[in-house]
Parts: sequence; C-alpha cells; structure tokens
Amino acid sequence: MKKIEAIIRKAKFDEVVKALHEIEVNFFCYWDVTGRGNEKIGKVYRGISYSTKDIERTLLSIVVSDSFVDKTIKTITDSGKTGEVGDGKIFLYNCEEAYRIRTGETGNQSFN
Amino acid sequence: MELLTTNNVWMMLCAALVFFMHLGFSFLEIGLTRQKNTINILFKNFFIITMGLIMYCLIGFNLMYPGEFNIIGGGYLGFAGFGLDAAAAADLTYNEGYTYWTDFLFQGMFAATAGTIVSGAVAERIKISSFMLITLIYVSIVYPIVGSWQWGSGFLSTLTDNVGFYDFAGSTLVHSVGGWAALIIIYILGARKGKYDSDGIAQAIPGSNIPLSAAGVLILWLGWFGFNGGSVLSADPANTSLVLVTTCLAAAAGGLGAAFFSRFLYKNLDLTMFMNGVLGGLVGITAGADQMSPNEAIIIGAIGGIIVVLGVSFLDKAKLDDPVGAIPVHLFSGIWGTLAVGIFGASAGFDQFMVQFASVGIVGLFCVICTTIITLLVKSIAGLRVDEKEEIKGLDIAEHGTGAYSDFAMK
Repeated sequence: MKKIEAIIRKAKFDEVVKALHEIEVNFFCYWDVTGRGNEKIGKVYRGISYSTKDIERTLLSIVVSDSFVDKTIKTITDSGKTGEVGDGKIFLYNCEEAYRIRTGETGNQSFN
Repeated sequence: MELLTTNNVWMMLCAALVFFMHLGFSFLEIGLTRQKNTINILFKNFFIITMGLIMYCLIGFNLMYPGEFNIIGGGYLGFAGFGLDAAAAADLTYNEGYTYWTDFLFQGMFAATAGTIVSGAVAERIKISSFMLITLIYVSIVYPIVGSWQWGSGFLSTLTDNVGFYDFAGSTLVHSVGGWAALIIIYILGARKGKYDSDGIAQAIPGSNIPLSAAGVLILWLGWFGFNGGSVLSADPANTSLVLVTTCLAAAAGGLGAAFFSRFLYKNLDLTMFMNGVLGGLVGITAGADQMSPNEAIIIGAIGGIIVVLGVSFLDKAKLDDPVGAIPVHLFSGIWGTLAVGIFGASAGFDQFMVQFASVGIVGLFCVICTTIITLLVKSIAGLRVDEKEEIKGLDIAEHGTGAYSDFAMK
C-alpha cells in the first residue's frame, strides 16, 4: 500500500482525473496549493508592472494498493504532461495502514 | 401646484440616487484594497453618511444656505442658526422646484460625498478615530462654507462684475473639495507599508475584489443621474434630459479614453483604469453638464479619463499613496471639468475661464489651509496612523475586533 502525492497543473486537473478514473483509481483527495519555484509570473496593476513567484498548482493525494502504483504514476505522468517547465512532481510514500471508518476494514479492503 | 409636485418627486428621486452612491463608493473602495481592511472601510463609509446627514441637519445646511452672510459680509460667511426650520418648510412657495425638506435631503446627500472621497485615499492605514474627527469637522464646516460661496449666493457667484463662477453640480465644490482634503491628508499620513520599496519605487498592491469595484463604479454612474440630474433643481424637461445625456456621454468617453490611453502607456488593458476613467469623465462633466453639447461632453469626458491615468502614475511617482485613485478622479478631473466650462459650451470665453481658474485657486487654497490645520491638530492630539503591527495585521482586527469574512482564510 502506497501513498502517491502528485502536484499537477491546475489546467490539467480534469484530464488527470479522467485518466485516473479510466484505470479505476476513483478515490483520492485534492486541494489547491501555492508554491515557489523558478517560474516568475509577470503582472500589471494600475500601470505598475510586478511579478510574483507564487505558483498555483493542484495537489492530489492518492492511496493505492501496491499493484496499482506503477500504472497510477504512469497515468498521471502521461495525462499531466505538457512538456513545458512547471508540469509538477510526484512523490511516493509507504502507507502503513488504512482503515474504513464505517466497517473497520483495513488494508486494501478499506479503499477498494 | 402640480408642477411643484412633479418637480419635487424628481428631486426626491435624485436625493435617493445620490444616497445610493455611498454604496458605490464603498464597493469601489473595498474592491481596490486588501481584504484585511474591509470592515474598516465599511465603518468609515457608514460613519460618513450617518454623521454627514446629522451634521448637515444641525449645522451644515444653514451654513451653506445662510440667506444672508451675517458673520462675514460680502458673501464670505453666514449662519442661519442650528437645526432645520419647520416654519420655512410649511411655505410651499419656498421654491418652484422642490420643498424645503427635499432641498435639505438632496443637499445633505451631497455633503457626505465630500467625506467619502477622503475615505478612499487614506484607506488601509489611517486611525479610525482620527479619520472620524477630521471628516466630522470637514463635512460639517469646511464643505458648507465653500458651498455657500457659490450655491449659497456668496462671493464666488458674483466674482467679477459681469461674470460669476460656474459650477453646475460641483466638480469643484464637491469633488475637488474632497480631493484637496484627500491630497493633504495622504501627504501628512504617508504611504501604506509596502507601497514603496527601499529604492522608493512604487509597488503594486493589487485590490482584493475587482468585480465588487466594478459594481461600485456602475452604481456610482447610476447615482450620477441623480447627482447631475438633480442639480437642475427641477424636473425641467429640456435641461434635465440634456444633463443626463451629457453626463452619460462623458462617462462613456472617460472610460474609453482611460482604457485606450493606459493601453498605449502600459501595453495592458487595465480594467481598474477603465473604471476610474468612467468616474473621471463623470467628475469632469459635473461642472458644466447643462452647458455642453453632446460632442463637447464627449471631449471633456475623454480628457477627464486621460487625466485620471496620468494622475495615477503622477501620484505613484510623487510618493503619494492613493489606493483607489480618488485624487486623480475627484481632484484632477474636477479641476479639469471646472476649467472646461470656460473652454467649451454655452458660457465659454476668456473672462469665464479666468473666473473658473481663480475660483479653483481660491477654493483650493482654502481647502488646503483648513485640511492642514485640522489634520495637524488631530495628529497632535490623537495621532494619525495605526502602528505598523496593526497595519500589517489589518485594520479590521486591530480597530474593529473582527474580520469581514471570518470563515475564509486571510491572505
């Protein structure tokens, strides 16, 4: 059982989610995140040019059984890619245990 | 009698439209500032309209329309006593355009706008108590005295033997009076923390809610139907309709002028400049809305819009921090509109231009002196600025104990 954290472009969110559904990864959390990197975004407000290093992305947090890890990562990599700098990152963690609150089921049973 | 009824209904409607402008000012100011100061801005705007009306009832109305100048003769200062006069109100021959009560209400709504102009310029760093004290004195005393010089038949209305000052609905008497105060106060107050970097270069502090500002500007435009339309002081068909047309054309031209000019200057289609430009056009036409042809209104409006764009950039360079552009809109465009009466329209001419010019100077000097005295006095008694920690935390929490959107995260 692994936890996959993927930081992806906001614009790619719908595409990534659709691709995940197609490989039957249906359960995950996500939230909007702001981060820092090399990218600078130029803006103009009332005649003053300024730039912000705040970069907005969406973070997906997915727990899958071991057999799903490779295809989940491949799916995100394929569907989330534009080839430009700033497509995002994926992090993989061990997940010690998972519980379904309603039934008390554990392990893979709890999220499949 | 029927004519009075018709006229009076129009004037009451206009009073209500000018009242509605206070919502417009509030929305504009909230949208162009940061979320952490929203309650503070609403508090200021509520204070202005409530205090403004009460003080105008107690002192202002009788200071602005004293009848005779019994304190300093020659049209300089008069006072007809405290409070409203129910006996005068009973007389329906008071004016053919409106009753005494309507007169008070319409003029009272105007008085408060002069204070609201200040509110936008000093936003995000002034101490609320000091703001209340300054605007209380300004709206109760300074504004009505200046108004009496012209609208109360004082010395500006007969400045030279053959030509008097002309300010139809108050480019100078309302907008510049507010604008001069705003200019002096922000000079004494200083810029918001973070507005200038260590090299003195102006930084952008983007507004928190541009859609709300847009609503504010459109509400102000709607309110201007009452502001200028009511300044005809009757429902006179020809005049009222012309005034609404020139007002709208100037607003439209002002917006487009500012939008294209800022596109040309900054290579960017800037919505807040577009919106400020609409207001610049409106303020510009206010002095001569009944004097201008439609084409002249378009020219005056467009130049008003361009002046606003130049004014915003000038203030940024001059280290005068005006978050909402109140000074370019109300002062710079107000001066332009006042002078334009001498350049375009029915009363254009060299003599008229010189009278307009002199009157701008006289009113400006008086407002600058009064504001400087009041502001320095309040500064020495109560201080003017919140301390740095409070400014960073936001005035909502520091001055009012709660935020505007308590369930949302603050940025």
